[in-house]
Amino acid sequence: MPSFLFWLFAVLMLAGGVAVVAFRNPVSSAMSVVASFVGLAALFVGLSAFFVGIIQILVYTGAVMVLFLFIIMLLDLKDEQKRAPKLAPVAAGFALVIAFVIQLVGVLAKMPATTAPKLDQAALASAAGGFNEGGKIATALTAGRLPDVQLIGHTLFTQYNLPLQILGVLLLVATVGVVVLSKKHAD
Amino acid sequence: MATLNDYLLVSGLLFAIGLAGVVLRRNIIVVFMCLELMLSAANLSLVAFSRFHPVNGLPDYNGQMLVFFVITVAAAEVAVGLAIIVALYRARQTIHTDELTSLQG
Repeated sequence: MPSFLFWLFAVLMLAGGVAVVAFRNPVSSAMSVVASFVGLAALFVGLSAFFVGIIQILVYTGAVMVLFLFIIMLLDLKDEQKRAPKLAPVAAGFALVIAFVIQLVGVLAKMPATTAPKLDQAALASAAGGFNEGGKIATALTAGRLPDVQLIGHTLFTQYNLPLQILGVLLLVATVGVVVLSKKHAD
Repeated sequence: MATLNDYLLVSGLLFAIGLAGVVLRRNIIVVFMCLELMLSAANLSLVAFSRFHPVNGLPDYNGQMLVFFVITVAAAEVAVGLAIIVALYRARQTIHTDELTSLQG
C-alpha cells in the first residue's frame, strides 16, 4: 500500500475515533464510528486482507452500527447536557492514555522497521505446491493472484472447523438471550 | 511503503482513543461504541502481523481467522449488550453511568 494512502486512511480512522469521543450527540458519535471503520477496512484491504476488509464493512458498519443507531433512536436520547465534569475521572483518563501512548512509542522506537514481504508472482507460485493441483487456489496462486477468500475458506473449514461450529452455537445463544432480555416481564 | 511499526502505532493510537472514551464518557451507548473501537484496534494489529510474517510465502491466515472470530463474537456481544441497555433504560429511564449507582457500596 503506497504510503500516502496508508496515512490518508489512518488519519481518517483516527479522526473518526477522536470524533466519537468528542461529539455530544450519540447519533454523531455513531456516524463517526462508521467513518472510522471505513478507514480501518481500507487499511485491511491495503494489507491484502480483502475478506476481512469486506466483513468489516458488512458486519460493523452494515449491521452493528445500524443496531446502535436503531437503539439510540428507540431510546430517543437527547444531546447530553453540559454538566460539570468530575476532575478525578478526567485526570485519571488522560493519565492512563498518556502513559499508554508513551509506552507504545517507547516500545516501537526499539523495534526494527520491517517492510511487508512482497506477494509477487514468484512468491505466490512457490506457495501453490501445498494445495491440490488444478484446484482453484493452486491455479490462482500459479497465475500470481492471491485467492484470499478461498484461502480463508480453506483454513476455516479444515483447521478451524470445531471453533466455527462453537461460534454457531454462540450466535444461537446470543439470539435467544436477546429475545429473553428484551421481553417485557408480566409481573 | 508503510512499515509494521506504522501499523502498530496507528492501531495503538486507536486503542488509546477507545480507552479514553471508555473512561471519559458518561453515556453508556458511547462507552459501548468505544469498546468496539478498541476491539477493532486489536484486529488491525492482528492483520498487520499476519501480513508482515508470512508462512510459506502467504500471509499467516491463522491471524486472520482470529480476526474473523473476534468480529463474530463482537457482533454477538453488541446484540446482548444493547438488549441489556434497553432493559436498563426500561427500569431506570436513564443511561448515564453517573445515575446508575444502585450497586455502589
